[in-house]
Amino acid sequence: MNLHEFQAKELLAQFGVPIPRGRIAASPAEAASVARRLGFAQCVVKAQVNAGDRAANGGIRFASSVDEAGRMAAELIGSPLVTAQTGPAGKLVRWVYVEEAVAFKRELYVAVVVDRTAGALVLVTRDRDAGPDAGMTTRLELSEAGVRGDFEKAAAAFRLEPSLTSLLAKRMSQIAQAAVALDAMLVEISPLVLTHSGEFIALDAKMSADHNALFRHPDLIGLREVSEAEDGDPIALAADLHQINYMRLDGDIGLVVNGAGLALATLDLLHAAGGRPANFMDIRTTASTLDIAYAFELIAANPRVGAVLVNVHGGGMQRCDTIADGIGIAVRRRACPAPIVVRLAGNNAEFAASRFRSYGVPVIETADMWEAANTAVQLATRKAA
Amino acid sequence: MAVLANRDTRVICQGLTGRAATYHVGRMIAYGTRLVAGVTPGRGGQRHLDVPVFDTVAEAAAETGATASLVFVPPANAADAMIEAIDAGIELVVCVTERVPVMDMIRVRQKLAGSRTRLVGPNSQGVLVPGETQLGVMATINARRGPVGIASRSASLTSEVVAQTTAAGLGQSTTIGVGGDPVHGIGLAESVRLFLDDPATEGIILIGEIGGNDEEEAAALIKRLAPDKPIVALVVGRHAPAQQRMGHAGALVAGQAGSAEAKMEALREAGVLIAPRADLVGMTMRQALVG
Repeated sequence: MNLHEFQAKELLAQFGVPIPRGRIAASPAEAASVARRLGFAQCVVKAQVNAGDRAANGGIRFASSVDEAGRMAAELIGSPLVTAQTGPAGKLVRWVYVEEAVAFKRELYVAVVVDRTAGALVLVTRDRDAGPDAGMTTRLELSEAGVRGDFEKAAAAFRLEPSLTSLLAKRMSQIAQAAVALDAMLVEISPLVLTHSGEFIALDAKMSADHNALFRHPDLIGLREVSEAEDGDPIALAADLHQINYMRLDGDIGLVVNGAGLALATLDLLHAAGGRPANFMDIRTTASTLDIAYAFELIAANPRVGAVLVNVHGGGMQRCDTIADGIGIAVRRRACPAPIVVRLAGNNAEFAASRFRSYGVPVIETADMWEAANTAVQLATRKAA
Repeated sequence: MAVLANRDTRVICQGLTGRAATYHVGRMIAYGTRLVAGVTPGRGGQRHLDVPVFDTVAEAAAETGATASLVFVPPANAADAMIEAIDAGIELVVCVTERVPVMDMIRVRQKLAGSRTRLVGPNSQGVLVPGETQLGVMATINARRGPVGIASRSASLTSEVVAQTTAAGLGQSTTIGVGGDPVHGIGLAESVRLFLDDPATEGIILIGEIGGNDEEEAAALIKRLAPDKPIVALVVGRHAPAQQRMGHAGALVAGQAGSAEAKMEALREAGVLIAPRADLVGMTMRQALVG
């Protein structure tokens, strides 16, 4: 779950990390009003989208008057911002963050991130002026009090005067404490700047929180509403509540698959057979029959779908018949205009085939995944022709 | 012979009295697993599924001589349960719980370092030794005892490949679900090491997917050891929808986002046979073993 810059900064400030004064604005008038109320001589108007490289792509603008802040906001709000991290369509800017401009003499990069290979939290630091390979990695240890690490050594690498080194180490420690306390998989401050008055300020912040830890962060669940409602596909978000990982794709073959690994394998097989998927689907083990019915209706309602491919391997926790029942209920509620090709294996595969007959759902049974993929591709091609 | 467990392994289940655990452990007992106790805090002294229930792992292990624990505890308490098992000196801990917070798993990994415990999971279907013992939630209908060791990041593909290797007339020595989470217990590389040391395992199948660094680590180990046993790999996700990237830290820390192609290339270079398609894994192993 990715947080917006303004959300991440407000969270970091609670851990003592200094941030520039600023407010969020949803319209040009609000942006101008923020600049006026906070008395900014110069301010920065920043598009709030969950993607990096905003500055290089016009998403961060400097304004030297209240009127100019309003004009900059007008240029940003309501338009998509395209960066290397947003994809070609870009992301719609709904808000801008209006922040006081901060003069600084040095830019640092500080991140705390989960290192999957080491199974540990690491601090990544580098001089922004140095190359991207010049990063230094410091392993952190979780402790009763939060997190421990050699922040002094990481700070010393920047060769600052001693008092600044201690202050930087303290800021790094605060950033790491925030990461642990908030269950963040990533906190990235790029840049953390050194001001002329000798303070380190987070000019930008990216934070990504662990979905699986939201149960102990009711405050973050509130932020998620703001952050994801606009960013994610509403269909995918609704499917997620039904225990289904669902993603819209642009092909013509609807996919019904249980398990993430089998779902990825099915995408690969379908491509190998010359087909293009209309969606990604992974039915989680926790999905009920009605959840599966909900997901199947998403596919049946997609006008681009020329064939449906059901590839299910019943396991110990999700059996074939549960999925067949879900499809049966869905088809009774809403007819599926596309032919349904099924490959059933594993737990209760034969029983599931009988469930399709009981529901009166016509399916084309296939012996293996490869035959199923090829059959679906042929049917979709025929329908398109 | 098998790896990690066998018919004599004395198993406890943490969270035994829960509804899902009761169902799955009942299946395990029917399969032949030697369940000797359950652990549920506050339920010590009771009996469940015909075994005694203890308040703590230490008591259960001391009373029953158990060396393995299946953790069937909800996500919020799963890490504490794993740590309790590690502290009690349990040799094999298998955690099937899904959605354990990553920060909790980092805590567990710190505890594992220097301990005598091997952890499988979390978010794992478990360990299956066909015909002997089952520690997990996998389907067993297509499993047969045989010479192929399977280590996998995906539960659904393990079921698939078990069925394929049985249909190919081979069968399995042990299947290990290393789990689908970013921070987990033993990985593909350590599984390879176990299978290479196991005389009953003649060939090894690795099932990997995009993301993480497990396949690359296994490839590096295989390249170094240059083993005689044939190793077949399936890596899925070549056509996975592009993931949204956030920031630059991922690029600065090694192994955050391995592509399917990079993983296949690393494995191929180490001498691993890459299954050309997901439906051909069993046949690829059959050709390598039988010709």
